[in-house]
Amino acid sequence: MSSHAGTIDHHHDPSTSTGIPNKKLLMWAFLASDCMFFAALISTHLIYRLHPPAGGLDPKIVFSPELTSFSTFILLMSSLMMALAVTAIQKSNVKSCRWSLLATILFGMIFLGCQVYEFNHFVFEKKMTLSNSLLGTTFYTLTGTHGCHVAIGVIWLSLMYVRSFKPAPVAGQARAWFTKNLIHVVVLFALLLLSLKTMLGLVHAIQVEPTLGIAFSHFLKAEYLALLGALVSGGILISFARNSGPVDFNEHHAIDVESMGLYWHFVDIVWIVIFTAVYLLEYLK
Amino acid sequence: MDLAQSAPLTKDNHAPSAQPTVLWVPTAKTGLMMWLTTVDHKKIGFLYGFFALIFFLVGGFEALLIRAQLMFPNGTVLTAQQYNTMFTMHGTTMIFLAVMPLSAAFFNFIMPLQIGARDVAFPRLNAFSLWTFVAGAIILNIGWFIPGPNHGAPDGGWFGYAPLTSKTYIPKHSIDYWVMGLQLLGVASIAASLNFIVTIINLRAPGMTMMRLPVFTWMTLFTAFLLILSFPAITIALVMLMMDRNFSTVFFEVSGGGMPVLWQHLFWVFGHPEVYILILPAMGIVSEILPTFSRKPLYGYPIVVFSGASIGFLGFAVWSHHMFTTGLGAVATAAFSLLTMCIAVPTGVKMFNWIGTLWNGRLMMRTPMMFALGFVWMFMIGGFSGVMHSAAPADAQQQDSYFVIAHFHYVLIGGSIFGLLAGIHYWFPLMFGRQVSEFWGKLSFWLIFIGFNVTFFPMHFLGLNGMPRRTFTYDANMGWNTPNFIASLGAFLLGIGMFTYFAVMAYTFFKGKKVGKDVWDARTLEWSLPNPPPEYNFRVIPTVHARDAFWYEKHHQDEIAKEQAEHGKAEADHGGIHMPNQSIWPFVASFGLLIVGVGATYFDSDWSPGIHAKLGTVLLGGAVTLMGIYFWAIEGNAGYHLHLDEHGNPVDEKHAKH
Repeated sequence: MSSHAGTIDHHHDPSTSTGIPNKKLLMWAFLASDCMFFAALISTHLIYRLHPPAGGLDPKIVFSPELTSFSTFILLMSSLMMALAVTAIQKSNVKSCRWSLLATILFGMIFLGCQVYEFNHFVFEKKMTLSNSLLGTTFYTLTGTHGCHVAIGVIWLSLMYVRSFKPAPVAGQARAWFTKNLIHVVVLFALLLLSLKTMLGLVHAIQVEPTLGIAFSHFLKAEYLALLGALVSGGILISFARNSGPVDFNEHHAIDVESMGLYWHFVDIVWIVIFTAVYLLEYLK
Repeated sequence: MDLAQSAPLTKDNHAPSAQPTVLWVPTAKTGLMMWLTTVDHKKIGFLYGFFALIFFLVGGFEALLIRAQLMFPNGTVLTAQQYNTMFTMHGTTMIFLAVMPLSAAFFNFIMPLQIGARDVAFPRLNAFSLWTFVAGAIILNIGWFIPGPNHGAPDGGWFGYAPLTSKTYIPKHSIDYWVMGLQLLGVASIAASLNFIVTIINLRAPGMTMMRLPVFTWMTLFTAFLLILSFPAITIALVMLMMDRNFSTVFFEVSGGGMPVLWQHLFWVFGHPEVYILILPAMGIVSEILPTFSRKPLYGYPIVVFSGASIGFLGFAVWSHHMFTTGLGAVATAAFSLLTMCIAVPTGVKMFNWIGTLWNGRLMMRTPMMFALGFVWMFMIGGFSGVMHSAAPADAQQQDSYFVIAHFHYVLIGGSIFGLLAGIHYWFPLMFGRQVSEFWGKLSFWLIFIGFNVTFFPMHFLGLNGMPRRTFTYDANMGWNTPNFIASLGAFLLGIGMFTYFAVMAYTFFKGKKVGKDVWDARTLEWSLPNPPPEYNFRVIPTVHARDAFWYEKHHQDEIAKEQAEHGKAEADHGGIHMPNQSIWPFVASFGLLIVGVGATYFDSDWSPGIHAKLGTVLLGGAVTLMGIYFWAIEGNAGYHLHLDEHGNPVDEKHAKH
C-alpha cells in the first residue's frame, strides 16, 4: 500500500483497479453530483429572469459589478494558492503547503466577506430581500448556496491546516495531540470569525463616517473587543506554529489535500459560471 | 460470526496511551453496540434489508386501507383527509423506504462479493448512509405520532406538487416532515451511491475487467450514477419548497411571479430517472437468476449491459412525458413523446436477451426462477402500457386515471418487487445458510402472482372508463363497482401472499433447512464463499479468468487451488488480511442530522418560543453532526490485520482486547 518517502507516484495508485486513488474518484463523482445541484439552481434563476414578473426589480439597479469582479478575482487567485498547496505537499514541503493553505483560507474569507457585505448592501440599500421579489428569491438562494460551499471549503482548509501539525511518533511512541488539536481548531475558527467581524466593522465605519480619522476611532470603539480577540488568537496560532516538532504530514497525505483542492477548484468554476450568468449577462444588451 | 479474536494492530501503530478515551475503538462483536458501530458491508446490507421490509409491510398496510376504502362505492373506511395521507405515504414509503433500501441491501451485501472485494471503498461512509437513511425514514413517518391540528403524516402526494404543498394550502407541518425526510434520504442515497461507484470502479479483483462484471454489479453502477445525477434536482426543488414554506420566498408563489410548472420540471427530472433507479436493480437480479437456473450463460451479455446504459442515459431525457397535459407546446411534447418511445427499445432488447437466455436452456423451476419468470412476463405487460402512454394524445386520456395506476404497479410490483423477491429467495442461502422450502416458496409465489394480477388488471379498464386517481370515493352509478370490488379482493389475496412470503422467510431464518455452499450451482463469485460469508469475505482475493467466474473456477479446480495458494502466501507475507476498525462516529453524525431534522420541522417558525426552540435544536443537532464528522476524521481509517488458520478462523488471540 504505502511506499517509502520520495517514491510516490501521485498520479497512480497501484492498490486500485484503475490506478486512480479512491478518494479522488469519490470527489470526482461527488462533483458530478454537485454540478446537478448548481445546474438546477442556475437554470431556475435564468428561467425566472427570462419570465420576470411585471414590476419586478431590475438587477442592473441592484448589482454592483465592480465589487463582484473584485471578489471573483480573489476567488480565482485562491485557486492558484490551492494548487500551490497541493504541489508543495506532494514534495513533502510542509511549510510551503501551510503558507499556501493559509493564503487560500484568507482569499476564501475575503470572498465571503464581500458576499456578506453585498447581501447586506442589497437588503438595506437596494431593498431587495429574500421574500419581496422573485429576483431576490432566486439570487439569494443561488449565491447563498454557493457561499455555503465556500464556507465549507474554508472549514475544510482550516481543519487541514491544523491537521498538518499532527506530531510524528518519536522513537516509535505516538505523542498526545488530541487536546492541543481541538484548541488549535477552536482558536483558528475564532480568528476567522473575529477578523471577518472587524473587517466588516472597518468597512462600515469608513462608509458611514465623513473622514478617515473619525471612522477609525469609531471603528476602534465599536470593535476593540473583536480586534483584541483576533490579535490574541493570531498570537496563539503563531506560537503553535513555531513550537511544533516533527510532524506526521507529508506526501503520503497529498491525496487528502488534492481531493480538497478538487472541491475548491470546482467551487471556483461554479462561481465563474454564476458570475457570468447571473451578473454579466444582465449587461449584455 | 466468531471473529472476536482479532488483533487490534492499528495501521498507524498508535500506542494506546496516546489516544484520548473519546477515540476508543469499538470491538463489540455482538449486541446493539456491534450493530451501531459496524462497518461491515454485509451487516449494513442486512440492516438495510431489515428496515426496508418493515416499511414494506407498513406501505402494504396503507395500500390495503386504500383498497378497503375503494372496495364499495361511497366507502367510509377512511375520510377524504385520511385517504390523502394514505396514498401519499403509500407511495413515498414504497419508493423511498421499501424498494430503494431493499435494492441498497443487495448492493451492499452482494456487489462487493461479486467483484471479489473485502468491503466497499469507504466502510464508514457506508455506515453513515445507512443511519442517515434511518433518520430520514423516522422524520418521514414522525407525523403519525404527533397528534394535533398542526401536525400529522404527509398528505400532499408523493409528487408534492407545489404550490398545493405551500403554506397557503397545507399550513400543517406534515409537508415539512415530508420535505426534511426526503432531504435526509437524498443525503443517504447520494453518499451510498458515491461509495458504490468507487467500489465498483476501483475495488475489482485482479482479472475482473469491466466487461466481466456480473450484470447485477453493472446495474448497481448504473443505478448509482442515476442517483447521484438525479437526486440533486429534487433536493433543490425541496429546498425551494422549504424556503417558500419557512422563509416566505416566492419560488412557487404565483402572485410573486413564481411558476408552478417549475416544480413539476424539477420533480420529474428527478422522478423519471427514479423509476429506473427502482427497476434497474431488479433487472440486474433477474439477469443473475435466469442464467443460473437455465444452466446457460446470459445471452448477449454486452447488449444487456449496453441496454442498461442506454436506459440510464435516456432516462434523463423523458421526464416531460409526466407533463403532457401541462401545455408544454407541440414541439416539446412531440420530442418527449419520441424519446419515450425510444426508451422502450433498450428495454425490449433486454426482454429478448432474457428470452434468449431461457431458450434451449435446461430450466430448473425453483422458487427464485418462478419469481424471475414472473418478473419477465409482468414487467413486459407494464412496458406495453408504458408505450401506450408515450403517445401524447392517448396519454391525455389516460392521464390521472386508474390506467396509470395499473401501468406503474405492473412495472413496480410486477417488475421491481418481483425482482427483489426473487433476489431474496436466490441469495437467502448465501446470506443465512438456510433455504426456504420449495413448497412454501412456490405457494407464496402463486398467491402473490394471482393476487397481484387480480388487483391491478381490472384497473386498466377502470382507468379507460374514466375513474380518476387520488380520489377518495366514487358514486355507485359510474359503472366502476365490479372492477373495484375485484381489485380489492385481489389486494387482500396479494396481502395474504406477501404475509405468507415473509412468514416463511422468518421461519426459515430461524428454523429452515441448513444448506452447504453454492446451493444453486451458480456462476458468480459470491457463491464461492462459505455461508454465511465470513467477515473478511475472501480468504484469498480471487483472480478472475472468465465472465462466469465461479463456473470457471469449478471447472479448473487445480489451476485455481495452485493460484490461490500462491496469492494467499504473498498476502500473508504482506501482513495478512486488512480489516477496517469499527466506528461509532458515522452513527453520531447521522444522529445529529436526525436532531436537525426534527428541530427544523416540529417547531413553528412564527411563534416566539417556537423559533427559539427550532434554532436551538437545529444548532444542537448541527453541533452533534460536526462532532461526529470531526472525530471520524481524527480517528482516521485505521484497521487491524487478520491471520487465518487452515479452516479460515482468525488466529493471533493474544491481542483480543485492549
